[in-house]
Amino acid sequence: MSVKVEELVREEHPMEKLLRMDRIPHIWCPTCGLGTTVTALAAALEQLELDLDNVAVVSGIGCTGRVAGYMKLDSFHTTHGRAIPFALGLHIARPDLKVIVFSGDGDLISIGGNHLIHTARRNVDLTVICVNNFIYAMTGGQVAPTTPITARSATSPYGNYEHPFNLPLLAASSGAVYVARWTALHVRRLTTAIKEAITKPGFSFVEVIAPCSTLYARLNKLGSGLDLMKFYHDNSVIRHGADLKEVDIDYQSKIAVGKFIDIEKPTYIDCMNEGGKRAFGDKYKPYGGGNGGN
Amino acid sequence: MEYWRTPLDIDKLKIPRGELHIIKERCKGCGFCVEYCPKGVLKLSEEFNSKGYHPPEAINPDECVNCDLCEMLCPDFAIYCVRIEADEKEVAN
Ligand code: SF4
Ligand code: SF4
Ligand code: SF4
Repeated sequence: MSVKVEELVREEHPMEKLLRMDRIPHIWCPTCGLGTTVTALAAALEQLELDLDNVAVVSGIGCTGRVAGYMKLDSFHTTHGRAIPFALGLHIARPDLKVIVFSGDGDLISIGGNHLIHTARRNVDLTVICVNNFIYAMTGGQVAPTTPITARSATSPYGNYEHPFNLPLLAASSGAVYVARWTALHVRRLTTAIKEAITKPGFSFVEVIAPCSTLYARLNKLGSGLDLMKFYHDNSVIRHGADLKEVDIDYQSKIAVGKFIDIEKPTYIDCMNEGGKRAFGDKYKPYGGGNGGN
Repeated sequence: MEYWRTPLDIDKLKIPRGELHIIKERCKGCGFCVEYCPKGVLKLSEEFNSKGYHPPEAINPDECVNCDLCEMLCPDFAIYCVRIEADEKEVAN
């Protein structure tokens, strides 16, 4: 009996080198869009040809927070809302690393909101990818700071009446130097945006609109995640450089997507070195090198 | 295929071809690949995998142009495409 070894080797998906395969299949629901956003990050890392030993992914709590556990990279799954402060510490201690924060709206924008605005204000060289599915998904579908007015959630059964955040406006007005928004359906443009965000020195923010089938779609009777993808297909409007005051998202409204902000500004480490030189002159020894590279 | 404007380098262009791989056991039957394949190559099959989902099947695999969109959109890393260089077709005028 002769069985060739090749026949026993299971076929390998090209993504497998970037995933912890012992944890796959992942826990995300059928027609959830989160897996697609992970593919965009993996494709971006591959296309940038970065040394993966120098890339770290940090997530917080929630369905999106699982990403840190699925990527085969140095990663850390922080407590709720604390992905950015952990990433900030990592970046300051190891400015040679590319630090990517990958988390959800419920994590980054609510309990983590203060960290977001102050890290953007200081223009710390981090890439923040915020997957926005308009709801706290993992905890059972409560209203989030991104839930559109009139959308139903477990805690707004008659429709939400709170104003939601406009995330690109929030990030840009806090000081981010790169701000883009795409949906999970725009997977190639999203990959390009993630590549640009990772390459950009300073605080970059990419919002990804993605379907949550089990809670957002179900509680609002919007069908499956595939129906939401079709909705994005029909209702996304590409508006590069749009006036950010106009890109807020109403319930089932048109979604403005594109690259909104791409500007140059000294990073946190640049400013720290500048300040040190101002105060101590030649005695000051600069830290970390320009833009965080050693 | 009809062109609105015939590409100037049409004689040099080749239509890429791809070989599809579907990892049926990993699929959750979301249908993203089926809906967005630009060449209509896929369809959800009648067959069940062990978790009870219907994985896709290629109904006309020869049409696949290796665009990788199914691979990019699949949220479960369950489908991918490999280019077959030897099989590239001339672009018909
Ligand atoms: S609850 Fe929503 S966001 Fe979480 S895995 Fe399910 S579909 Fe995705
Ligand atoms: S690679 Fe492109 S053409 Fe081929 S099956 Fe996938 S989506 Fe369709
Ligand atoms: S996109 Fe992936 S999970 Fe969805 S039906 Fe196709 S192969 Fe299955």
